[in-house]
Amino acid sequence: MKWPLIILNICLFAQASGNTITVGKNAPITTLRQAIQIANAGDTILLQKGIYKEGNILISKPVFLFGIGNPILDGENKNEILTLTGKNIVITGIQFANAGYSSMNDYAAIKVIDATGILIEKNIITNASFGVHMANTINSVIRNNQIVGTNKSEHLSGNGIHLWKCDQMLVESNSISGHRDGIYFEFVTASTIKNNQSKKNVRYGLHFMFSNNDAYLGNTFENNGAGVAVMYSKEVRMENNFFHKNWGASAYGILLKDISNSHILNNRFVQNTVGIHMEGSSRIEIGKNVFESNGWALKVQASCDDNSFFNNNFYGNSFDVATNGTMALNRFRGNYWDKYEGYDLNKDGTGDVPYHPVSMYAMVVEQSPSTLILMRSFMVTLLDKAEKAMPSLTPEHLADNAPVIKPNKL
Amino acid sequence: MLKLTRYVLYDILRSKIVIAYTLFLFVVSFGFFQLEENQSKAVLSLLNIVLIVVPLISMIFTTIHYYNSYEFIELMLSQPLSRTRILLSEFTGVSLSLISGFLIGVGVPVLFFSFNSIGISLLLAGVALTLIFTSLAFLASVKSRDKARGIGMALLLWFYFALIYDGLVLLILFSFSDYPTEKLTLVLSAFNPIDLGRIFIMLQMDVSALMGYTGALYKEFFGSGNGILFTVGIMFLWIILPMFAAAKIFKNKDL
Repeated sequence: MKWPLIILNICLFAQASGNTITVGKNAPITTLRQAIQIANAGDTILLQKGIYKEGNILISKPVFLFGIGNPILDGENKNEILTLTGKNIVITGIQFANAGYSSMNDYAAIKVIDATGILIEKNIITNASFGVHMANTINSVIRNNQIVGTNKSEHLSGNGIHLWKCDQMLVESNSISGHRDGIYFEFVTASTIKNNQSKKNVRYGLHFMFSNNDAYLGNTFENNGAGVAVMYSKEVRMENNFFHKNWGASAYGILLKDISNSHILNNRFVQNTVGIHMEGSSRIEIGKNVFESNGWALKVQASCDDNSFFNNNFYGNSFDVATNGTMALNRFRGNYWDKYEGYDLNKDGTGDVPYHPVSMYAMVVEQSPSTLILMRSFMVTLLDKAEKAMPSLTPEHLADNAPVIKPNKL
Repeated sequence: MLKLTRYVLYDILRSKIVIAYTLFLFVVSFGFFQLEENQSKAVLSLLNIVLIVVPLISMIFTTIHYYNSYEFIELMLSQPLSRTRILLSEFTGVSLSLISGFLIGVGVPVLFFSFNSIGISLLLAGVALTLIFTSLAFLASVKSRDKARGIGMALLLWFYFALIYDGLVLLILFSFSDYPTEKLTLVLSAFNPIDLGRIFIMLQMDVSALMGYTGALYKEFFGSGNGILFTVGIMFLWIILPMFAAAKIFKNKDL
């Protein structure tokens, strides 16, 4: 039902702006390379069903490339498949298979260099080292693609969606798995990552560096080797994401390193080794998140200051907060802690006794990780209770002065 | 020997303490499974019961039973029976009744609500700990003629294994935190059956990921065939050695 409509649209569009060139076994033109050669700016190329093995194809003029009935461009494990440059190029409905791997070049199924107004939509990319690789590109969209890698080791595979030095980009509703980093952002500004599913990648679900003024919203990051890393950036909004089962010796829900003036709101962190690990981060608002069944919900290193944690819910985490210093430079307020044992005499929903989220054992473990072998030992429970009664080792001022009695409604 | 064990069993059942113990365990474990919305959290709470209550009850019950049936043992000694045999039948009778109490009290709820590798290892650890602490209690009670001293000794042993030992380990690990202590902790864990049971169950629960490098090392060791052999072997030694010592003392004892 959908295809005829789209084709109709294309025809209308093509009539308005250019010619339509059909490529297929039984069409006058049988190779994509030939079609690109003869196409003028604004032309539409319809790629019909079939397998095309044409090596690397360069598109440098504004064309619309539509796949019909899922045609396959095969890189035969040695070529980069499509290279785009210029402006206003559309690639949709094509399956890219077996793009090559090289230790010298970053071969990708679709590589975009020095371009604007690119739309890459509804494609399937299988067995590529890099899926979509964009460099120096502005105002482009990567949407509804399915990118499946082969889960090789870190140095043998590339990133699912790799953006370098881009501006005003939209990465939306893609599903990425089996690559090194699911989505990789470096020097990317004013962009949005929305509703993507990044799962089972070898390293990070999302890797994010030197990228300011970006937002990532409603994504799911699951089962990635090391979770999500956000580093050296400011003005980042992270909302409504779901971080799940990033479980392993050095896996994090989010790893924040040198992040400032950012917002982490309404996310869910479930079963991660560490929910949020913060280093050198300042002025971040972390609110209305749910932390459930993580090893550590928060690891806030002493190098973080002026962050505020408010209205979050903490359930069933082995450790709520861990830190490596005694200074309390961050604020906690109005969170729900399932381990809170205080009371609420005036029934206003706020506990009357401050909650100290850093347990004695968390401090001990921070200094000497091998003592984790004593976890859930009777001794450790007693120590924690004693410390709660008379704090001496744990940072006294790191406390939630207004913990709520019932979970915050989120 | 079987006949003697049967007498001991009847005697224990008549005293109804084991039945109370069974009921207590059953109510507590059933309660945990009903109260916690999450099965694995209930198992965690049960872990505390298995690691603390089971050894304590095993020790206290065994010592009290031993001193209460002292006259019966003396009577048996006047018969043509070897002393080792008499002590072993006592051990078998007491440990069988405690194990069946544990298996009914904790085993049935676990089978119902959480029948997986964690549940099974919890049950195995519980049975092993019951045997070990019964054996230790026999050693403690054979050593002294005086009932109060015997029970005191048993309590002290329990206190040592459940609490003091972990404190010492914590102290050692903390003061030597600059050195690689992973192998050392493995060795240290062998000297406390409660720790061994706890680590064994914890690694089933996949907390190992929390421990980073250390956890990976333990997981590799305890997860492998060698590690399981090591755990079972050490547990076995903990059952055999105290009982062996107890039998030896009992044999040469002037009653």
